[in-house]
Amino acid sequence: MAEISAGRSRGRRTSIAWWRDERTRGIIWQIVVVAVLCLGVWFIIANMVDNLRRLGIPLGFDFLNAPAGFAISFSIIPTDLNSSIGRVILAGMINTLLASAICIALATILGVIVGICRLSKNYLISRLATAYVETLRNIPLLVQLLFWYVAILQLFPNVRQAINVFDLMFMSNRGVNIPRPIPEEDFGIVLVALAVGIALAIGIASWAHRRQMATGQQFPKGRVGLGLIVGLPLIASLALGNPVSWQVPELTGFNFQGGLVLQPELTALVLGMTAYTASFIAEIVRGGILAVSHGQTEAAYALGLKPGTTLRLVIIPQSLRIIVPPMTSQYLNIVKNTTLAGAIAYPDLFSIVGTSLNQTGRPVENIAIMMVFFLVISILISLFMNWYNRRIALVER
Amino acid sequence: MKHVKTLVAGVALLAGMSTAAQAASTLESVKAAGKLKCGVNSGLAGFAAPNDQGVWAGLDVDLCKAIAAAVLGDANKVEYKPSNAEQRFPLLQSGEVDVLARNTTWSLSRDTQLGFDFRAVNYYDGQGFMVRKDLGITSAKELKGATVCVQEGTTTEKNLGDFDKANNLGTQPVKFKESEQARAAYDEGRCDSYTTDASGLAAERTGLKAPGEHVILPEIISKEPLGPAVRAGDSQWLDIITWVHYAMLVAEEKGITSANVDEVKAKNAEGAEGADAEVQRLLGITDKMGESLGLSRDWAYNVVKQVGNYGESFERNIGKDTPLALERGLNALWTQGGLQYAPPVR
Repeated sequence: MAEISAGRSRGRRTSIAWWRDERTRGIIWQIVVVAVLCLGVWFIIANMVDNLRRLGIPLGFDFLNAPAGFAISFSIIPTDLNSSIGRVILAGMINTLLASAICIALATILGVIVGICRLSKNYLISRLATAYVETLRNIPLLVQLLFWYVAILQLFPNVRQAINVFDLMFMSNRGVNIPRPIPEEDFGIVLVALAVGIALAIGIASWAHRRQMATGQQFPKGRVGLGLIVGLPLIASLALGNPVSWQVPELTGFNFQGGLVLQPELTALVLGMTAYTASFIAEIVRGGILAVSHGQTEAAYALGLKPGTTLRLVIIPQSLRIIVPPMTSQYLNIVKNTTLAGAIAYPDLFSIVGTSLNQTGRPVENIAIMMVFFLVISILISLFMNWYNRRIALVER
Repeated sequence: MKHVKTLVAGVALLAGMSTAAQAASTLESVKAAGKLKCGVNSGLAGFAAPNDQGVWAGLDVDLCKAIAAAVLGDANKVEYKPSNAEQRFPLLQSGEVDVLARNTTWSLSRDTQLGFDFRAVNYYDGQGFMVRKDLGITSAKELKGATVCVQEGTTTEKNLGDFDKANNLGTQPVKFKESEQARAAYDEGRCDSYTTDASGLAAERTGLKAPGEHVILPEIISKEPLGPAVRAGDSQWLDIITWVHYAMLVAEEKGITSANVDEVKAKNAEGAEGADAEVQRLLGITDKMGESLGLSRDWAYNVVKQVGNYGESFERNIGKDTPLALERGLNALWTQGGLQYAPPVR
């Protein structure tokens, strides 16, 4: 920097030619790079539009309003054969988000447990965790997904020989069918009780924290809070005479009708992706914990903290700073890896866009929708994780 | 200022390139490359699949070979580009393949919206259903509420929707990217039924654990004319593809096979007594039909000599003596009551 500014000041003084000025040249080069980039993009788009016009393929998004005419096997929002293509694609987006959210939650929990287990002093536990990590992270995800899917289809019996659990739950290779709760009139009161329970639990936790800070006395806030959250709605429900009726699945015709069904496709996807990603998260967690100097642990023990408390209050908060940034990449990977779900027939966005692309013959628009969706979701996750990372970052005083 | 001028010239050059991206005709580019890039199924027994020796074989593969024989004089100058149902259209649209011979249904929307042209039909098919025998079903209309395995990105998917709507069935489709996985899931009992083109069902049934325990239901719920597709706007190339198929039909009609084509050619030499004028034109003995297509004079001779006529190709790949054991049915020559009809070579 010193040289550059020296050169610049000398340049002004002796007024040398502008193309010899470092700063001007820097700006010109940046303009050139941006211009070439824009031209490149423009060239590609112009070429595509030109080719599409020659083939007689129009560009536009009006096809989204046309009726889809194809059904999908799993959807949170109601769809049928008359739904528009836009709505079916929306259902695919929700399916992708659902699978991603479940996998992110489960993979984080499993990954943290395995990561801590790998550091355990117990030989068996640490070796088991090592074997888990080394096996699962070295097998391609698609292979694992197909493995879980075939395993589920083969392990569970046919729908007609479904495993019957007390006439309430039925397990077959078409999925796990459970009763569906149907709320009745007074069910709102139970929900209110649940809300009150959660609010009280938060209040008690904050009071207990303040009391501990002031007096050092501890309070079993976890157990009491859980009791409130579970107990209050339970009491309300019993008092109102159980305002929920259950719709039990029943085998009629080819399949179980009624009730809720957990399909083997989603199960296999969640199992495969969770197990795979958890092996990476375990290594991130292990690395994060090992990075915290051992002196911290010794100091905590010297103060009389128990191993669990040491981990929770001393080690984890410091290791999180190392864990969070690579964790963001793993979460992004989960979202993007859901596109493999089509291989095992889970109707994620990629798979539905594939169908839509074929039925409408609009590859460019369909792929664009998908790219924008994944870009937005990835950026949102990235922003959230960066915000969280800043929040837990070391605050120097 | 010299720098600026160079920069401006560069920009102008780049801008000019975008309008200059005009493609040569497909025939020219195939001849220049010395090989035909043919889009085929990634594995459908009888239509396009690698055999025990790892060599591509099947009805669609034979069409690729016939086109290569007609255009390049050598049936082996084919580069096969296997694709699943979903990848196939972008493959053709982007120019990755010269022709798509991948059991593709000719439909109005594909002919227009996708920017393709169809004309020849090398297999008349229709969609059917396969179920387990022990379900005791005799008609597809009994599939109320059934789970149906289906491959994604096919006309099958939409036909199922149409059939479902018309008969108020409420079926639950389970859709797979690859037909192999759809078949495996059906085999494991994930679905009550498997649906695809009837020829495909016959092909897929041979790969099930116990083919004898499955039955193909009698209903054919759709028309599926399967034929080669090319990019729209190149009528010369479309003519070539179409007439290669027709040449195979005419050869069958005239009883010309890969075994006797030389004999037939000798017997119908110019001025020979009792010569068949159409055979003479087809084999390039008299007229120059080949040149008008932009091909060599012996294009059809090469097709029949190296690949055979349509009947030969049919029997070799999907006929009675193959595991698929398909009847000629709709695909018999028009003279035998089928739909395979070639316009006159005249």
